Amino acid sequence: MSDKERSDNERSDTAPTEKAPAEQAAETAPPAGGTPAGKAGITAAKAALKDVPPEPGASKPDPILTASGVRRAFGGLVAVDVDHLEVQRGTITALIGPNGAGKTTFFNLLTGFDRPSQGTWEFDGHRANRMRSYQVARAGMVRTFQLTKALTRMSVMDNMLIGAHSQIGERMWAGLFPRLWKRQEAANRERALSLLERFKLIDKRDDYAGELSGGQRKLLEMARALMLEPKMIMLDEPMAGVNPALKQSLLEHIKDLREDGMTVLFVEHDMDMVHEIADWVAVMAAGQLITEGTPDQISADQRVIDAYLGAHHDAAQH
Amino acid sequence: MDWQFVFSQALTQAIGPTMLVYALGAIGLNLQFGYTGLLNFGQAAFAAMGAYGLAMAVVAFDLPFWWGIAIGLAAAVVMALLLGIPTLRLRADYLAIVTIAAAEIVRRLARATVWSDTTGGSDGMRGFSEPFFEMNPWPPDATWEFLFVSMDSGRLVIDFGIFSLQYSNRDLWVMTVGWALVLFFLGIMALLVHSPWGRVLKGIREDEEAVRSLGKNVFAYKMQALVFGGIIGAVAGFIFALSRANVQPDTFTTDFTFYFYVVLILGGAARIFGPVLGAALFWFLYNLLSQGLIQAVRAEVIPQGMLSTTQIGPLVFFLLGLGMVLLLIYRPQGLIGNRKELMLDVR
Repeated sequence: MSDKERSDNERSDTAPTEKAPAEQAAETAPPAGGTPAGKAGITAAKAALKDVPPEPGASKPDPILTASGVRRAFGGLVAVDVDHLEVQRGTITALIGPNGAGKTTFFNLLTGFDRPSQGTWEFDGHRANRMRSYQVARAGMVRTFQLTKALTRMSVMDNMLIGAHSQIGERMWAGLFPRLWKRQEAANRERALSLLERFKLIDKRDDYAGELSGGQRKLLEMARALMLEPKMIMLDEPMAGVNPALKQSLLEHIKDLREDGMTVLFVEHDMDMVHEIADWVAVMAAGQLITEGTPDQISADQRVIDAYLGAHHDAAQH
Repeated sequence: MDWQFVFSQALTQAIGPTMLVYALGAIGLNLQFGYTGLLNFGQAAFAAMGAYGLAMAVVAFDLPFWWGIAIGLAAAVVMALLLGIPTLRLRADYLAIVTIAAAEIVRRLARATVWSDTTGGSDGMRGFSEPFFEMNPWPPDATWEFLFVSMDSGRLVIDFGIFSLQYSNRDLWVMTVGWALVLFFLGIMALLVHSPWGRVLKGIREDEEAVRSLGKNVFAYKMQALVFGGIIGAVAGFIFALSRANVQPDTFTTDFTFYFYVVLILGGAARIFGPVLGAALFWFLYNLLSQGLIQAVRAEVIPQGMLSTTQIGPLVFFLLGLGMVLLLIYRPQGLIGNRKELMLDVR
């Protein structure tokens, strides 16, 4: 009871101050989410990738993630066999490929949700292939899921707060002494409120996450991932099952991540979306990385058309 | 037919020593099942760890009473670790299978004839509770009266006119300790589940992959919940053993575990007071039905040919089972659960 009252007070205290800058930003900034600093992100990303040759395993000027010889076999079936892949820091990189190409498996390997048969990778200068999933997240690489994982019987606010990193009160003994973590909790709550504001979920903060629509759950999942203040965010089919109106706002949110200095790697099927937001595209087919390049280079690449776009391409011309 | 007696008996039991055993066991289960989603079907074995840890330490190894308590708690921790290490990384159902089997193994070992010199075999053990009752601060020969409360040579009678509560001197001491423990653990639980630690547990209940992706060591949290819930289960075992002044292996069957579940679901899982309310209601209804039926048969309200006193026990469990089914259909959230929360789809 007192808990709730207090949080209500807190909210009424913080909400107006939180709102002001966000509203200002909404007024001054174009809907593309490009503040002056914002443009810098995309410009830097384009500049960094300008001289990178469009070939599989191409080396990048400042890779945040470097994977070598990553292989995952299920019995006789080799699901993933990637020789070399580097992801440039501060870019939005798309991972595309036909169904069954091993994109999601590769994702699971990189984020520690699956173990590779062999292979190593480095994330932000640390060897990450031995890390467990929660250690990967703590190191700054946070993922979302293809099938959204909202914590349904918890409030939207609790969904956000659980994402915050290095919480003192998450130790069992410390949980018994609220004064040890109340201050940190209040700070996290404030950060959660500003993220909810940004993702337009602020009015839903006290609802159960299970009451949100599919698209809102996607937004919540992304906002929750940001509570960890990650360096790199991995989105597994962020557009799956999202209506066109929300799609546009999700795209803007993803672009904003780059402007905030994060690296984004996402799996997607929707080529329009890839074209619109990706700085760089890596194409997988049958478990292997078949090519890399800018979206324009990829669309023109015969191998990609054969492996992936072929069917669509033909169908479109009929 | 003596309705006054029936109600007095049922209400006396509803806050009595046995109810406290169910309440404590269900509080532990509430942490594991209600908040974390761990299907521990071996809570009876955790209670047995407490009961037998205490009894064997005092009777077979001649150790002091407090050593027995420490050994009982340690045994519960060891058991939680043994069960948790292989299963908590796997899907939830593996823990269920392993705990239900482990509980049965514990009971079989306790009643094995091979070690009957130390464990008492199927007869169990007695003679470990004296140090506990020596600590009883309630004077055994007190006689006084104050309004509707009276003490008659150690026996407490609270007379409400239409019904009265009566407790023996020993019951009073067990209840004093038992209620103190219940309040203590409820306090701890309230602090824990409203802390960030408790929030992680609830997250694990909803979707452990998601919680893992947010950088939480899910295995460690599940282990903490299993161990702490098991410790509370062992405490329930202490109260159980002490209130009866004996331990018997066949009281720790899987039925015992399922009563804890009934109590928890009846009261409302994932609610702080759920286990206590559930235990009081469950034990009240059980006593009301069995005493009521016994009285009815004795007073020949129910004709002899229809129901004999020996059939009452099974009939009561049949009726309670039926009640449980109806509860799950019409009020799945229990007494104080949140229906809205329960109705949300969980993937």
